[in-house]
Amino acid sequence: MTEVMDFDVVIVGSGLAGLRAALQIMKNDEGKLGIRVAIISKLYLMRSHSVSAEGGTSAVLYPEEGDSMELYAWDTIKGSDFLADQDVVWRFVNLATDEIRLLERIGLPWNRRKDGKIEQRWFGGLSFPRATYAQDKSGFFMMRALYDTLLQYDNWERFDEYFVTSMVIEGGKFKGFTAIELKTGKMVFFKGKAGIIATGGNGQLWRITATASSTTGDGYGIAYMAGLPLEDMEFVQFHPTGLVPKGLLITEAARGEGGYLINAEGERFMKRYAPSKMELAPRDIVSRAEMMEIAQGRAATDKVSGLAHLWIDLRHLGKEKIEKKLPMIRELGLKNLGIDLAEAPLPVRPTAHYTMGGIRTDIDGKVLNDGHGSVDGLWAAGESACVSVHGSNRLGSNSTIECLVYGAIVGDGIYKYLEQHRDKDTALPKERVDSEENRIFNGILGKESGGEDVYQIKNELKDTMESNVHVYRTEEGLRTALVKIQELKKRYRNIRVDDHRPTLNYNLQHALELGFMLEQAEVVTMGAYLRKESRGAHARLDYKVRDDQHWLVHSLAWYTPEGPQFKYIPVNITMWKPVARVY
Amino acid sequence: MNGSDEIILRVRRFDGTREWWQSYQIGLTGVTSVLDLLNKVREEKDHTLAFRQSCHMGTCGSCGMVINGKPRLACQTNISELDAGVVNVEPMHNSPVIKDLVVGLDSLIENHKKVKPYIIRGKKEEIFYAPREFEVTQEGTTQFLQFDYCIMCNLCISACPTVTIDPLFLGPQALGQAFRYLADPRDEGWAERLELVDDDHGIWRCHFAGACSYVCPKDVDPAKAIQLMKKELLKKRLLIRRGKKGAEITEPLQPHFTEEKLTAAPPLDFKRGD
Ligand SMILES: Cc1cc2nc3c(=O)[nH]c(=O)nc-3n(C[C@H](O)[C@H](O)[C@H](O)COP(=O)(O)OP(=O)(O)OC[C@H]3O[C@@H](n4cnc5c(N)ncnc54)[C@H](O)[C@@H]3O)c2cc1C
Ligand code: SF4
Ligand code: FES
Repeated sequence: MTEVMDFDVVIVGSGLAGLRAALQIMKNDEGKLGIRVAIISKLYLMRSHSVSAEGGTSAVLYPEEGDSMELYAWDTIKGSDFLADQDVVWRFVNLATDEIRLLERIGLPWNRRKDGKIEQRWFGGLSFPRATYAQDKSGFFMMRALYDTLLQYDNWERFDEYFVTSMVIEGGKFKGFTAIELKTGKMVFFKGKAGIIATGGNGQLWRITATASSTTGDGYGIAYMAGLPLEDMEFVQFHPTGLVPKGLLITEAARGEGGYLINAEGERFMKRYAPSKMELAPRDIVSRAEMMEIAQGRAATDKVSGLAHLWIDLRHLGKEKIEKKLPMIRELGLKNLGIDLAEAPLPVRPTAHYTMGGIRTDIDGKVLNDGHGSVDGLWAAGESACVSVHGSNRLGSNSTIECLVYGAIVGDGIYKYLEQHRDKDTALPKERVDSEENRIFNGILGKESGGEDVYQIKNELKDTMESNVHVYRTEEGLRTALVKIQELKKRYRNIRVDDHRPTLNYNLQHALELGFMLEQAEVVTMGAYLRKESRGAHARLDYKVRDDQHWLVHSLAWYTPEGPQFKYIPVNITMWKPVARVY
Repeated sequence: MNGSDEIILRVRRFDGTREWWQSYQIGLTGVTSVLDLLNKVREEKDHTLAFRQSCHMGTCGSCGMVINGKPRLACQTNISELDAGVVNVEPMHNSPVIKDLVVGLDSLIENHKKVKPYIIRGKKEEIFYAPREFEVTQEGTTQFLQFDYCIMCNLCISACPTVTIDPLFLGPQALGQAFRYLADPRDEGWAERLELVDDDHGIWRCHFAGACSYVCPKDVDPAKAIQLMKKELLKKRLLIRRGKKGAEITEPLQPHFTEEKLTAAPPLDFKRGD
């Protein structure tokens, strides 16, 4: 019999978005309604992928020095290749400032200038240095401050290492999540009046990635399988400076502080692609440039892995500056390759990094079910949501701040919702929970022998995505990938789990994650196949230009047993009509 | 070491009742760190092997274990630096083993919480409603920065001889964090936090073995934090110091995060001269 945990709010995901939302609810409540919150994570709460964020987080802090909301909004919208919803961007840039300051007041050690003000630096695609930072461990310190601050409140409960497997929505209303307590292997139903999905991105679909091994996009799978649309999933950010061979991240701040990108001929090749911004062009443009250099034979080759790559050169910055502003990436080079970037350049190439698309929400972070209606009681925030602030290409330093701004907006929205929904809902969706239990424990875990291997399928999937659904895409490559993904989906129906012990069954967890990954891969690839233009992170060799006449639209994908169904909706253009994007 | 070499990985395993050492022989192609090696074994040889991981860059704190006798992060330990044909991995000491390399972290989490690891202000409202940041200099930040690097990996606890003999000891991680907030120029919880650590199982239990600082992968140096905190505690006992006034914000408090602050959006095709 499944255990039931009853809460007012159930938050899945304890990254920056989930924790910020929780803090906003705590701060609003302070004992008034006595709201009870559950925070669930498949990792320990403070270990969420957000700790990896390095270089910085944007906001307009000192307008008297020349920055402005308009400039920040413009940079974000131009960076998005005009696919961002502009009403959303305007709200987002306006609320960012307070977030940076709030985090300072809860303990964040932002780097400071001589006059005591918070220091900011350049990032790609910015027209003012507005990336606020704490060395190159910005995300880590942000997570620490939020996690620690939450420890003074006692109306929330933590569920470390619980894996959410599905969501229950009945009659257009959110009911709760089913989850496996990893330590015992038991199924639990988290019942809630309100739910938040804050499960992060899906960089693990690719072979070379900067993301944590937990970044498997489960939230996308959970929402999609519950019948909700995913928006703009074909737009995946490949960060230009992934350390060869694995793709660990060399932060964009390395270029923000003045680093050069050079090819095998020792040339700063960005002059060919973005003559005015050079290395500080947005990521889509730099990654495309790198892939062009590789295709045209001007790249170096890594001896061990055989991978083609470019170089990032920081030698001219000097040891002292590197130690003060970029200590972690120096350590990364030393640990992984034995190269000290103060003395030699590091080999880099594009690495899977960020999911622009996600669970479709309105401007308040409420999850939408189709064209207009929203799911009663359900919100999404952070990388798992698509509001859409980033359109087809996110600017570096805009994600962590989105997590904070939208975490707070969602926290406020939920508080208001709960003020009006004080009643207790006692009904339990017993049938749904039973069938989920049956799917996992009898269907997947119950298989004694034969069947397909989890890691075999996962590796085939990653290789397919890496070769065919990357920075540059073609109809042929995408078709090849689709055929392969469909084959893998078929094989997945016969998946086998070798570990039969209930305690900490990672083999089972990986099998469930793989199920979500296959569905997402199909949506990403089909979305890319259908979009016959090049925009932001989606670059087609066979449709090289942006086509605003036909494709200035968001894609929406729904689950069907035969594969995703697509529909397109317009972008909210309220401030600037699209123009040519030159840097 | 080149890619075709093989290595022997020995893992101390536990399945809830039985404990045993298991050996795996495996090629080193594509392997840099001990964590890579564990993943390769799990994918290719034994799907039942249990260990934690996430970031692969030494910043999430998941992958602590005892490697060739020393508590370390598996993702930050390269096979080449071990300089041995055999890699022995065991779960961290001083914490209950749940399965294979995975240990329970309840006491880490609870002890950390006990020392009130957050900014305490006389006027709590300032945290949410001050209009801007506190007045702090880069030098002020330096006083606590080193201690703020703690990723809660549990390695110092695994290494600490005092935790072994006194399970109620607050431990190096929590004591280090008590000092992190104590040393923060914005914090005003000096006296109340010192009271918390001034206990038989608190700061006086530490007899300065220094193992914590030796194994800490982030150079947090909990031993130094403990020494510095003892000094503060003496000041308190001798009444040399009674409390601490935090950095200031002189401007009046404002509602945090209200939509009224939103300025009107510029109209369509607003000129900004890019
Ligand atoms: C290496 C790197 C560097 C970056 N640097 C920057 C930067 O400098 N600036 C910037 O703005 N952005 C940066 N980003 C992007 C940014 O870090 C992320 O987009 C952001 O942190 C995502 O936060 P989140 O709260 O949405 O999710 P995450 O932090 O990814 O958290 C997801 C949470 O969901 C939980 N979860 C997922 N699935 C399940 C499930 N099935 N059951 C239970 N729990 C689940 C996880 O355990 C975790 O708690 C960087 C990203 C990478 C990869
Ligand atoms: S003090 Fe160091 S060793 Fe101890 S938990 Fe923190 S990071 Fe790990
Ligand atoms: S995997 Fe995150 S610290 Fe090792």
